[in-house]
Amino acid sequence: MTERLWSILVDSFPKLLWYGIKVTVPLTIFSFSIALAVALLVALIQYAKVRGLQQLCRFYIWITRGTPLLVQLYIVFFGLPSIGIRLPAFTAAMLVLGFNEGAYMSETIRGALESVSPGQIEAGYCVGLTFPKIMWHVALPQAFRTAFPALGNSMISMLKETSMAATISVMEMFRQAQVINGRVYESLGLYLEVALIYLVFCTFLTFLQRRGEKRLSSYGGKKQ
Amino acid sequence: MMLQIRDVRKKFDDLEVLQGIGFDVEKSDVVAILGPSGSGKTTLLRCLNFLEKADAGTMVFDGRTFDLNKATKAEIADLRRKTAFVFQNYNLFLNKTVLENVTLGLTAGAGMKKNEARDIAVAMLEKVGMADKLSSYPSQLSGGQQQRVAIARAMATKPEIIFFDEPTSALDPELIGEVLNVMRQLAEEGMTMLVVTHEMSFARNVSNKAIFMEDGRIVESGPSSTVFSNPKEERTKAFLRSIEFDK
Repeated sequence: MTERLWSILVDSFPKLLWYGIKVTVPLTIFSFSIALAVALLVALIQYAKVRGLQQLCRFYIWITRGTPLLVQLYIVFFGLPSIGIRLPAFTAAMLVLGFNEGAYMSETIRGALESVSPGQIEAGYCVGLTFPKIMWHVALPQAFRTAFPALGNSMISMLKETSMAATISVMEMFRQAQVINGRVYESLGLYLEVALIYLVFCTFLTFLQRRGEKRLSSYGGKKQ
Repeated sequence: MMLQIRDVRKKFDDLEVLQGIGFDVEKSDVVAILGPSGSGKTTLLRCLNFLEKADAGTMVFDGRTFDLNKATKAEIADLRRKTAFVFQNYNLFLNKTVLENVTLGLTAGAGMKKNEARDIAVAMLEKVGMADKLSSYPSQLSGGQQQRVAIARAMATKPEIIFFDEPTSALDPELIGEVLNVMRQLAEEGMTMLVVTHEMSFARNVSNKAIFMEDGRIVESGPSSTVFSNPKEERTKAFLRSIEFDK
């Protein structure tokens, strides 16, 4: 490694890391929160078979899963202004990422809800709970445990997908690497460096996921 | 008269599982519902608590008449507040501790304060001998222990009647006794119980009424002593013989 490259990498590391912490991480957290809220709502509507809304949810999942994330980003950021809807780049990225991943996560949660034994729901009715209370106290906590590993995966892919926001001019970690590279032309070194930082972030998330799974297994069959 | 069941009918596709069931239950009755598998016993019990929607039939409970096919949500909720159900597979809430299993219906269901619910739950769990397992999860308990917690949960809401759906059928033989003892104790305290069971000794010794069902109909019913020692119907005799033979 040349001395020049080394000093470029050393100089850029704190900048990249700073943009990772300042933009990539919050973008992931906000988008994931949106995704989780959307997914819960959509999963519950489908599980409870709410007429009308159920079809709407199927439609949303169909559209979202059937079109590329990059295209969705372009439509929202570059396309919508032509009909008068102008969103800041960060907001556009946050919404698109959230609604995109929300579609996948809703299927994860719906599947997990459907795997809760019907006897659990019946027992809830028999002790005098209403449907929403059964969901809240019994079905969702059990479904969450089933869905947790898959939701963890979703969060990890979302962290990486935030790099797509670079294409609509969000100054996040990857975009910052591109900008530095535009000045110094060290593509291999810089992009490997930014890849390494993503890897560190994802490793941390994987660690959190393991911890979470351990905590959740404190009740129920898996322990024995 | 506490409970009057009239003309309950239920079809699954083309199979008529219940073909017009009717009987009466007085307060403090312990009614054993017997019969070969597939005779409709469990379906009957589930229809009475609206876990299954009957095609027709009425139930008079505490002076109020419920249409088993057309009851409103409010009526169903009202009825469920006064009844309790014990399942064959216990169906304890897997994500809740023993204590929470018993308090959930009181707090989230009946809106009771937490410490008040806790006192009731502990008392009920003491009754079934499970007060030393308050913070265990269902998966850490044996089948017999789970079923005793389920009975405590059923009693906690002070129901006027408890439906038992084959409460000992999923248990290992050596665990059946502990559950039957709890049920016997309940019966002695005057709890009204409707029990679908294969436990002939329980039916014979604890229940005061017995109903024998086959193919969705009541073949014979009456005081347990009569049904067991002096059955009139040939099918009842054959069933009782086959059971005795198994023992």
